[in-house]
Amino acid sequence: MVKASNIKVYAEEYHQDMETDTVFGFWVYLMTDCLLFATLFAVFAATPQMPNEYGVMPSEIFELELVMVETGLLLASSFTFGLAMISMYNDKLKSVFAWLIITLLFGFGFLGIEIYEFIHLSHHGSPITLNAYWGAFYALVGTHGLHVTTGSVWMCVMFWHLKRTGLSIPNQTRLSCLSLFWHFLDLIWIVVFTMVYLLGVL
Amino acid sequence: MSRRPTNIVTEPHWLFGKLNLDIFPMATDPIVLVTFIVVAIGAISLLGFITYKRWWGYLWKEWLTTVDHKKIGIMYIIVALVMLLRGFADAILMRTHQALATSSTFGSGYLPPEHYDQVFTAHAVIMIFFVATPLVSGLWNLIVPLQIGARDVAFPFLNNIALWFFVAGAMLINASLFIGEFGSVGWLAYPPLSGIEFSPWVGVDYWIWSLQISGIGTTLTSVNFIATILRMRAPGMNLMKMPIFCWTTLSTASIGAVIFPILTVAIALLTLDRYVGTHFFTNELGGNQMMWVNLIWAWGHPEVYFLVLPAFGVFAEIVPVFSRKKLFGYTGFVLATACIALLSFLVWLHHFFTMGSGSSVNAFFGIATMTIAIPTGVKIFNWLFTMYKGRVELTASMYWTIVFLITFTVGGMTGVMLSIPAADFVLHNSLFLIAHFHNTIIGGAIFGYLAGITYWFPKATGIKLNETMGKASAVLWCSGFFVAFIPIYALGFMGVTRRLNYYDNPEWAPYFITATFGVLLIAGGIGLNFLNFAYSLWKKDEPENIDEIGDPWDGRTLEWATSSPPAFYNFAKIPHVNELDDWHHKKQNGVAYQPIKNYERIHMPANTVAGPIIGVLSLVFGFAFVWHVWWLVILTFVSMISAFIWHNVFAVKDYYVEIDEIKAIEEKWQKKIKKALSKKAEV
Repeated sequence: MVKASNIKVYAEEYHQDMETDTVFGFWVYLMTDCLLFATLFAVFAATPQMPNEYGVMPSEIFELELVMVETGLLLASSFTFGLAMISMYNDKLKSVFAWLIITLLFGFGFLGIEIYEFIHLSHHGSPITLNAYWGAFYALVGTHGLHVTTGSVWMCVMFWHLKRTGLSIPNQTRLSCLSLFWHFLDLIWIVVFTMVYLLGVL
Repeated sequence: MSRRPTNIVTEPHWLFGKLNLDIFPMATDPIVLVTFIVVAIGAISLLGFITYKRWWGYLWKEWLTTVDHKKIGIMYIIVALVMLLRGFADAILMRTHQALATSSTFGSGYLPPEHYDQVFTAHAVIMIFFVATPLVSGLWNLIVPLQIGARDVAFPFLNNIALWFFVAGAMLINASLFIGEFGSVGWLAYPPLSGIEFSPWVGVDYWIWSLQISGIGTTLTSVNFIATILRMRAPGMNLMKMPIFCWTTLSTASIGAVIFPILTVAIALLTLDRYVGTHFFTNELGGNQMMWVNLIWAWGHPEVYFLVLPAFGVFAEIVPVFSRKKLFGYTGFVLATACIALLSFLVWLHHFFTMGSGSSVNAFFGIATMTIAIPTGVKIFNWLFTMYKGRVELTASMYWTIVFLITFTVGGMTGVMLSIPAADFVLHNSLFLIAHFHNTIIGGAIFGYLAGITYWFPKATGIKLNETMGKASAVLWCSGFFVAFIPIYALGFMGVTRRLNYYDNPEWAPYFITATFGVLLIAGGIGLNFLNFAYSLWKKDEPENIDEIGDPWDGRTLEWATSSPPAFYNFAKIPHVNELDDWHHKKQNGVAYQPIKNYERIHMPANTVAGPIIGVLSLVFGFAFVWHVWWLVILTFVSMISAFIWHNVFAVKDYYVEIDEIKAIEEKWQKKIKKALSKKAEV
């Protein structure tokens, strides 16, 4: 038994089809994640806003401008991740790094605004415990935020991988999965933006 | 005599959380004390024995850290069978308690109400989540990669982690027996009873964390097997040439991947209600208990098909082999399976017709439920017509199949009765319902798993189980089932509701007492199952027990083309598949067992240290969460993430098996085949 941990051997002899299996499996995983969000959306949709005597209405407290900036940041990050993937296919490690760092910064910007928003909402009359509506709001938006956090941590680990082994085939697979994950979160956010914020201030 | 201490800690200590010295139920409850002593002696002697034999290194290297799907499958099955004993002990407690629980016999039974409520909750949770579900995962792991001609699953590391998440969940529910309490809220923990207001102590938290951790494992397993079946089949095996068990696995894994995220969310929301103080399911501020009931059954109803479809697959493997005929209506069976999987998502509301959604909604779900009887009926005829004009051999596996056909058909028909909303209004939450779902789960799923274990035992171990004991066990299980549950059906019609710890109608007592005798018969069946494992392993050198070449039943599918137990890489050369039941046709055409001319080295996944470590950490994480020990929650969570990242970046994930090693293993097997075949020719 010879260990194949030697990276060069690994990259040369690694079966190509195993890599596509991984991406396929990741797709299936994303579908389970999609179901997770679908359930949260269903819970949110089935939880009506409470009348004014039970606390703040979303239309009174949501700051759409801020959420707009948040949305812009996340959409931009999806675009820059796309550029990172193009650089990967062109085998340009440095520009992969550059675009990923920009993506990560956009991600941090998004998370920063979300954290600010949560603190702001909690301190201005709508904490998570206020009523069922706000519980569903924090659960849905917070779960998305946790996913973005996970993606950010993953991106940091990705830097580590890229530093160690460059654009090896396993790393390309990892990047493909991460990019799927990131775009998926973008997609979910668009629904969150529409269903939670736009409908919330209507 | 309550098991709950009077001074429940509501303000957790910074270091110990809610833990203190009043939390041990053995101090007040003699039943728990005796159980604890027995379990402690058993555990200490087992650990001592392993230490004495110096098996720890072997266990760690060959089993705990393994990514070999066959070993993972065996471990799932072993833990599930141990949990079966625990769940069955609860069943005996309930039956004997109810037999005694009326003043006309012996007073009010022997379990305090608080304890009785925990017993029926634990019984159901254990049987569904920690017996039936892992038996499904176990059989998948053991057989599916072999049947599709693969060397492992798509994600071996995740497979190992999923196993340890399941074990952590099982450990957590066992811990609740001796530290604190388990939920006394029924197996689906309906709020507001399971909310913090009405269940202030840790029982529901144990329920939450044992299910949450093991549920994530099941999601991972489902994803893993969808990817494995869709991507890793041997060349030539298109979907309609795939063994039927793989089809049921694919359908089931698809169900699992859809429903387990729903369970995760539902439990997470209940967790928020209990830990943070949100109002998803509370009585005030917009809380909606029916949302919980909808969510939990949107998971729960497909879950029963998750349990039973693999069992259907097992029977559809066994019947053709022992009828010496191909499966009657393979395509119909596949379509019926897929149809059941789809319909399973459209019936959840029949669990709460009494919610009052109105006649049109109830009618829709009633009709959808009845519709499922059609594809299920198709399958019954698949099995029957396969046997028709076949040369049926009544082996132990076939005994299980026949007792299944009898029992399950009854269970299916009482299900159709319950699907009529008007009838359900009368039968809702009565013992009729209890008898119905035991009829389908024992008579359908459990008989299927036991059939599968009997059938594939030689593949897993190289030893055949004793046939006589297997047959006797099937007969005992089946007769025990009817003696236990026909009275319970009758009690249901007499208006007895479920979960009673006391009743004052003396006319019911004879039925409950009869049911208790039925449970004793089932106990005999379970005893024989275990005795059979022990006896067969003890007599493993008897020539009639050994599975020499790996094909003891003259099987039809690819798992029988390997040695028993198979080499760790399964196939030295990936087989090329030409038709359905390819192995059968290879034998017919005389091209089976062809020696390999040119060996190639094999790329295999390497063992993982991170898997069991993350499993142990998840156990401590869950325990700390139950007891509100926040520093430990954070510590174990960060450690789990770190271990995962460490594995991701540094661990050796694969290696190559060299030709010499493969050659040595294969030639040894080839010799055995030659010997066995020449012996056959002499006879």
